[in-house]
Amino acid sequence: MDEIRPFTIESFYSFVTEKKLMGAKCNNCGRTSLPPRPMCTACRSTDLAWQELPKQGTLLTYTVIHVAPDRFSDSTPYAVGIVEMKENARLPGAIRSIDPKDLKIGMQLTVAFDQEMVVEKWPQWPRYYFKP
Amino acid sequence: MVAVKNHHHGCMNPKAHMQKEVSLEKAMASRVIAWPLKLYDCSLITDGASCLILTKPELAKTYTDSPVHIIGSGQASDTIGLYERDVYTTLNVGRLAAAEAYSMAGVSPADIDTAEVHDCFTIAEIVAYEDLGFCKPGAGGQFIEEGQSHIGGEVAVCTSGGLKAKGHPVGATGTAQAYEIYLQLTGQAGKRQVADAEVGLTHNVGGLGATGVVNVYKRD
Repeated sequence: MDEIRPFTIESFYSFVTEKKLMGAKCNNCGRTSLPPRPMCTACRSTDLAWQELPKQGTLLTYTVIHVAPDRFSDSTPYAVGIVEMKENARLPGAIRSIDPKDLKIGMQLTVAFDQEMVVEKWPQWPRYYFKP
Repeated sequence: MVAVKNHHHGCMNPKAHMQKEVSLEKAMASRVIAWPLKLYDCSLITDGASCLILTKPELAKTYTDSPVHIIGSGQASDTIGLYERDVYTTLNVGRLAAAEAYSMAGVSPADIDTAEVHDCFTIAEIVAYEDLGFCKPGAGGQFIEEGQSHIGGEVAVCTSGGLKAKGHPVGATGTAQAYEIYLQLTGQAGKRQVADAEVGLTHNVGGLGATGVVNVYKRD
């Protein structure tokens, strides 16, 4: 068995390279932290376990960015939303492969993973995004 | 409508960054920044400074003939991660800090004559009406449509022009709000003076609503 990876955002991205969406499930109160935190944000327990999350979730809210930071200015307009993967486990991210005009709160979206490495110092991991 | 109001108030504040009226038509026709927010929904990036002299009541009169009293103060914090919040139509920190400040001050929202709220975006001012109890949850839009947050309305909100028109020099914004309430409660607000202002409030938010402070002030 692998050594348990620390419950950090860095570990979350290392799982993303394996095309896995992993949260930290609290063994004390059962709440899932996504992205993971070293301590449960609900009950402060540090008794945690990795839990793979479903790749499909529900769009809770979104915006469409028209004025972007330089790095993303070639992609405007692009949508960013918050997706609920399971109860209390929500993830923010870009939404692609759909015209932003067709987005609707409550629609089902699937997590997908970038193939390319991100050319930043950290995290040097592929990004995830959402698509219909 | 929040932008129209705050630009109008800013025109009466000689220290406002933006002293220019904007029509509803122009605000609505402005370019999209982050849908549904348009250019005139966004506050300004401003350079500025502000300061206050805080002292005990017994010493206040050695500094000024017209002190203003802080009669209630509340502070609250929340997770910075929007995805960790259960609701997106309210800021928990605004509601919690307001409850604490009202309780300490022994006043209710109906007692507030004028308020400076954190209108970083126009929607944030509408949410603030609701979080501060000026109207019921969901009724913030109606509150501005009825002119209740204009000077002469139920509670005059952002008479300085707010972050929207007075400007948002981030580090100075909170004390600048207190400065405006000081002017109002001491009758020094000039053209934008709220008649007989007795009780004022400031509502300042930071870090996407991760922290919030509400203070209630009373004239001497």
